[in-house]
Amino acid sequence: MQITSPAFKANARGALADPHLQEALGHVRSGFIDKRQKAVDALPEFDALRDSARAIKDHTLAHLDLYLEAYEEKVKAAGGRVHWAETAADARSLILDICRAAGARTVTKGKSMITEEIGLNEFLEKEGIRPVETDLGEYIIQLRGEHPSHIIAPAVHLTKNQVEADFRRAHHHLPPTRDLSEPASLLSEAREVLRAEYFAADVGITGANFLVAETGSSVIVTNEGNGDLTQILPRVHIVVASIEKIVPTLADTSQILRVLARSATGQDMSVYTTVSTGPRRAEDPDGPEEYHVVLLDNGRSSMLGTEFQDMLRCIRCGACMNHCPVYHAVGGHAYGWVYPGPMGAVLTPSLIGVDKSGHLPNASTFCGRCEAVCPMHIPLPKMMRHWREREFARGLNPAAQRYGLKAWAFFARRPRLYHLAASFAIPALSAFGGAQRRFRYLPFAGGWTKHRDLPAPESRTFLQQWRDREAGKQEART
Amino acid sequence: MRQETLKRPRVGLFVTCLVDLFRPTVGFASVKLLEEAGCEVEVPMAQTCCGQPAYNSGDREDAIAIARNTIETFEEFDYIVAPSGSCAGMLKKHYPTLFKGDPWEERAAAFSAKVHELMSFLVDVMGMEAVSAAHEGSVTYHDSCSGLRELNIREQPRRLLGSVSGLKLKELKDADVCCGFGGTFCVKYPDISNKIVEEKAVNIKASGAETLLAGDLGCLMNMAGKLQRQGADIKVRHVAEVLAGMDDGPAIGGGGR
Repeated sequence: MQITSPAFKANARGALADPHLQEALGHVRSGFIDKRQKAVDALPEFDALRDSARAIKDHTLAHLDLYLEAYEEKVKAAGGRVHWAETAADARSLILDICRAAGARTVTKGKSMITEEIGLNEFLEKEGIRPVETDLGEYIIQLRGEHPSHIIAPAVHLTKNQVEADFRRAHHHLPPTRDLSEPASLLSEAREVLRAEYFAADVGITGANFLVAETGSSVIVTNEGNGDLTQILPRVHIVVASIEKIVPTLADTSQILRVLARSATGQDMSVYTTVSTGPRRAEDPDGPEEYHVVLLDNGRSSMLGTEFQDMLRCIRCGACMNHCPVYHAVGGHAYGWVYPGPMGAVLTPSLIGVDKSGHLPNASTFCGRCEAVCPMHIPLPKMMRHWREREFARGLNPAAQRYGLKAWAFFARRPRLYHLAASFAIPALSAFGGAQRRFRYLPFAGGWTKHRDLPAPESRTFLQQWRDREAGKQEART
Repeated sequence: MRQETLKRPRVGLFVTCLVDLFRPTVGFASVKLLEEAGCEVEVPMAQTCCGQPAYNSGDREDAIAIARNTIETFEEFDYIVAPSGSCAGMLKKHYPTLFKGDPWEERAAAFSAKVHELMSFLVDVMGMEAVSAAHEGSVTYHDSCSGLRELNIREQPRRLLGSVSGLKLKELKDADVCCGFGGTFCVKYPDISNKIVEEKAVNIKASGAETLLAGDLGCLMNMAGKLQRQGADIKVRHVAEVLAGMDDGPAIGGGGR
C-alpha cells in the first residue's frame, strides 16, 4: 500500500472538502459512541475487566518468547504448521508458497488488518491469484479499489448511496430494476455474489483476534459469519497474525472478549466468535485439510522494552478512533497508511518510521478521550508525545516550528526578561486591538486568524497590575 | 474546627501565561475566590509558563528547565493553584514524569502533590459550597479536556455555578468533546482545528445560552474567536469571572452585547 502519511495535511484538506465523506463521518460521531456507552453502563465490572485485560497482555508481553514457542508446539500437535515471518515481504512469500502448493487461483479472505499491513491483495493479484474479500465492508472497498478507512468498519467513509452505485456498476449481471435502497438489500446482494466465491476458493485467509498458547487455537470475531465460511470451506486455511495477538489461555481470551466488542460496537459479544484448532480431524464434519499460521513480526519485537511496548496490548477495537475529534474531522484515509486514528498515530511510526509518518503523532489535540475509552488502558497521548520527542531530537519537525519554540522558550526560561518583554508588548497589542477587542488578522498569527478572530489582551499583564497593586498597599502601610 | 481559625493556608497563584497576558481579570477573580475561601494568596513574580508548549512539542530540555523554575518559585507554599485544568494538569501530572530517575524526582513529587486547579481546590480542598455572586442570564459550560480527564473536574464548577443567584445553566451537548484548541495543534493544523471548533460552535449556539463559560483560557479564546468570526451574539468568559462577580467588563474578545 502506498504511504501518503507525509501528505497528511493535504489529505486532511481534501477530506474536509469532501461532502460525501463528511456526511459519512457524521455516523461515526453519533453511532459508535452512544452504543459503547450503553454497553459499558450495563456492565458494572467493566473497569475491573479492563484492568484484568491489561494485566493479561502485560504478562504475555513480558514472556512473549515462551508463549509463542508454546503456541507453536500446540499448533503442530493439532496437525497445523507455523511459519515465522520477520518482515512483510517474508509473510507475502510464505503465503504465496502455500497458495502455489495448493494450486490456488481464487482466495477468499476474512477481514484482516494484518493482510492490509503486508499489502497482500495487490501482491496476490500480481502473482495471478484472485483475492476475494468476504466481509461486507471489505468487499465494498475492494470493488472501489480502496483501502479500509477504519480498522473495524472499513467502509465507514462511504454513504449508502455510494455503495448502491458501486453495486450497480459491479454487479451488472443482476436486473437494473432491483431495489437497493436499504442496507439489508445491499447485504443480501453481496451475500448472493459471495456464495459462489466461497465454493470456488482453493485457499481461505483470515486474520486472528487471538492466538491461544494453551491450545494452539486461532480466534476470530465477526458479525457476518463470513469468516467461518472463509476458513471452513476451502481446502487450505491460512491464518495471518502478528506476534502480539498471543494470549496464554482460553480463559484469558474470554476475559478480553468481554471488553472487545463492548468497546468496538457496543455489542456484548460479536455475533460469531470462532475458535479454530488445526485442520479437519477424522471425526469433524467439515474444515480445511491444511491449517497454516503465518506469524508476523514486522517491527513489533523491536517495540518490546521501549516506551512503545504498551501499544502491543492493542486489541484493534477501534474505540480510540471512534472517540477522536481529529478522526471525526478527516476520516481514516487522511492518515495515509493502514492504521488510522490515535492507535495509528502511535503504531504507524513504529512500523514505517517516524520520518515518514511524523504528522500522525502531532495531529492530536491531546484531548485524552482515546486513552479514556481504551479497553487496554494504552496511554496513547503519552506515546504520541514520545514520538514528538524523538522527532524533535532528530530535527524532523519544520524549522519554523523549532525556531519559534526555541525563541519562546528562551524567554520562558528567563522570568525577568519575559516580564520585561511582555510589559512592552502586551499593552501595545491591547491598544492595537482597539474598541473591537479582537483581531481579524495579525502578522505571524495566520494559523489562528485564518479561521477565527484572536481576542486582544485586556490591558496590561496581570503581573504588572499585581505588582503595582502590592506596591500601592506597601506605600499605604508606610 | 475550621482551618482558617488556626492558620490561613498560603496559596501561591500560578496565574498561567495566557491569563497573565490576555485576561488579567481571571487572575483577579481567582484571587478573590481564594480569599473568600479563606486563603492567603501570593503571586510570585518569577513565574512564566508551565512549559506545556515545549513538553508537548517534544522539547524535553526546555520543558525541564521551565519546570525547575516553577518548582523553585512555588514549592514554599501550602498549595499551588492555577485557574486552568490544562496548566494544573501539567504541574500536577506531568512534572513528576519529567524528573523520573532525576535528583529532583522527590522534589517534583512533593511540589505536584500541592498543585490544584482552581475549581477543584475551592470545592474539593477548601469545601466551598456557594459563592456570593449574582448573574442574571443563562450560561452554558464546556468541560475542557485536561481538567475533565486528567483532574476529574466536572461537578465542581457546576456546583458553584448552581449557587450564583439569577444564573440559569443550560447544559451543552457534547460538553466533554474537545473544542479543537489543543495548544500548538490549532496553529499547526488550523483546518482540522477549525472543523472541530465549528462543531463545538453549533452546539454552543444550540444551547441557547447567552454566555459560554469554561475553565481554560486557551479553549475559551478558541471558541470566542470562532463565535466572533461567525458573528454569533454570545459572550465568552472564564468561569471564575462569573463566580467572583467580576463579569461586568467586556467579555473575551469583546463578544456579545
